[in-house]
Amino acid sequence: MISILGKELKAFFSSLIGYLVIATFLIFIGLFMWIFTDTSILDNRYASLAQLFGIAPMIFVFLIPAITMRSFSEEKQRGTIEFLNTKPIKAWKILIGKYLGNLLLVVITLVPTLIYVWSVYQLGAPKGNIDIGEIIGSYAGLLFLAGLFTAIGLFTSSLSDNQIVAFLIAAIGCFLVYLGFDYLSRLPIFFGNTDLVVQKMGAEYHYASISKGKIELRDVVYFVTTTGFVLWGTWIAVTKHKW
Amino acid sequence: MSVIVDNLTKLYGSQKAIDSLSFTVSEGEIIGFLGPNGAGKTTTMKILSGYIPATSGQATLYDYPVETHPLEVKRLIGYLPEHNPLYLDMYVKEYLELVAKIHKLDHSKRRVSDVIEMTGLGIESHKQIKMLSKGYRQRVGLAQAIIHQPKVLILDEPTSGLDPNQLVEIRQLISTLGQDRIVIFSSHIMQEVQALCSRVVILNQGQLIADSPIDSLVSQMQGSQLITVDYQKPLESDQIKALDGVESVLKLTDSSYQVTSAPGVDVRADLFDLAVHHSNRLVGLTVQKQDMQDVFQALTSQPKEA
Repeated sequence: MISILGKELKAFFSSLIGYLVIATFLIFIGLFMWIFTDTSILDNRYASLAQLFGIAPMIFVFLIPAITMRSFSEEKQRGTIEFLNTKPIKAWKILIGKYLGNLLLVVITLVPTLIYVWSVYQLGAPKGNIDIGEIIGSYAGLLFLAGLFTAIGLFTSSLSDNQIVAFLIAAIGCFLVYLGFDYLSRLPIFFGNTDLVVQKMGAEYHYASISKGKIELRDVVYFVTTTGFVLWGTWIAVTKHKW
Repeated sequence: MSVIVDNLTKLYGSQKAIDSLSFTVSEGEIIGFLGPNGAGKTTTMKILSGYIPATSGQATLYDYPVETHPLEVKRLIGYLPEHNPLYLDMYVKEYLELVAKIHKLDHSKRRVSDVIEMTGLGIESHKQIKMLSKGYRQRVGLAQAIIHQPKVLILDEPTSGLDPNQLVEIRQLISTLGQDRIVIFSSHIMQEVQALCSRVVILNQGQLIADSPIDSLVSQMQGSQLITVDYQKPLESDQIKALDGVESVLKLTDSSYQVTSAPGVDVRADLFDLAVHHSNRLVGLTVQKQDMQDVFQALTSQPKEA
């Protein structure tokens, strides 16, 4: 498992992919946080990282599928999946190794944003006047979200040997899971409490809830079960052969 | 028996890739899998390596059924798939170290340098795999297959697409590797099988059509023998013709003849006795071997009986 994790991570950083992912994420976040006047902290005059945590999920919707799309698709296309599957290593270990390897790249991508936390901390008036609890909660929420998106990306990658197909389906899947239910709940077809039920099925609701700074069990359970469910589906797709 | 394939059948949809295949391999054998494209060689190997399940029947390696003990089987085998899939972006050493780690080998560093030496990868070992020529890539493929010292080596067309020099080198490597383990390898090059294997299994359209030591396969196929015989003193051709089972005699010189035997009859002893009977001496006797190529073509071009 560790060997697969290492292999995945090395593959990112021995090619341009890893650096490109980090750069893309930081450029977008940086632009939205500091440059674009609509969203810039400097213009908004609030010492908060709401922009970071508002925009990051939308970037993840596209960025994480781009990271995960190669994980199984490439192995299938190049035939190296046959190499992996004929080595004495269980399928779930390959799966978890790949999952953690991909997720770790996302985590590494997030690490530099700590500088923004420090910057905003310094900019606060008085200095340090920011809601640390909210920030910790938001990072936790972002990690849970990244975990779910990575699982979705691995799942679609295990379905197709075409990376573009894997990417597109994963991006749609992540978007639907994140915002789809939220939008759906706003349609005037629900009565009583049902719109709230629908809203709660989406990841956005739980992400927003965790981001407030109180990490509640039901939100954690939501992310853990959905991620687990998608990974289980991936495991089925990987172990069952089409022939 | 170390490798037992029992009544193995594999269906792709409704098409039978292999059909009730049974054979066994015992310790120390190098088995050649021979057959035209689509005969079921690759399918059989994929089942043996645990990559795909059989539709019915069972394959057993050292008492471990592949189906129920995939991990044990995968530890026992070294497998080089067809087309030799490799992580092209990796460096040779990096790749082999990954394989060693997956196998959880002790002294993995030493095993890596051992296999690099065994497969003659020395000078190329610091390169990226995508920089290597096909022959060297094949060596990398062989290196990953033998790094854990498997008891059974399964090689799917290890020499396809190599140039004649690389061909010779890889063959040498395979026969070296076969000295202390079972090797099952597939090929459609007859000379190669003839040169490397102790036994040959011929498949056609998913069915086993021959499983025998090379020599006997050739003579079994032969029907009639073509024998060149030299005597010390001249001899009448009629005397040879009079022997039982001699079909025709062609006089080459006064004392040497080319004899064609009747199908399935071995006349060599009689030719010897003839010399003794006439106080002559037999100084040479050559049975012209039918080539594996002929055997292969004869066996696989027969239309499948319904």
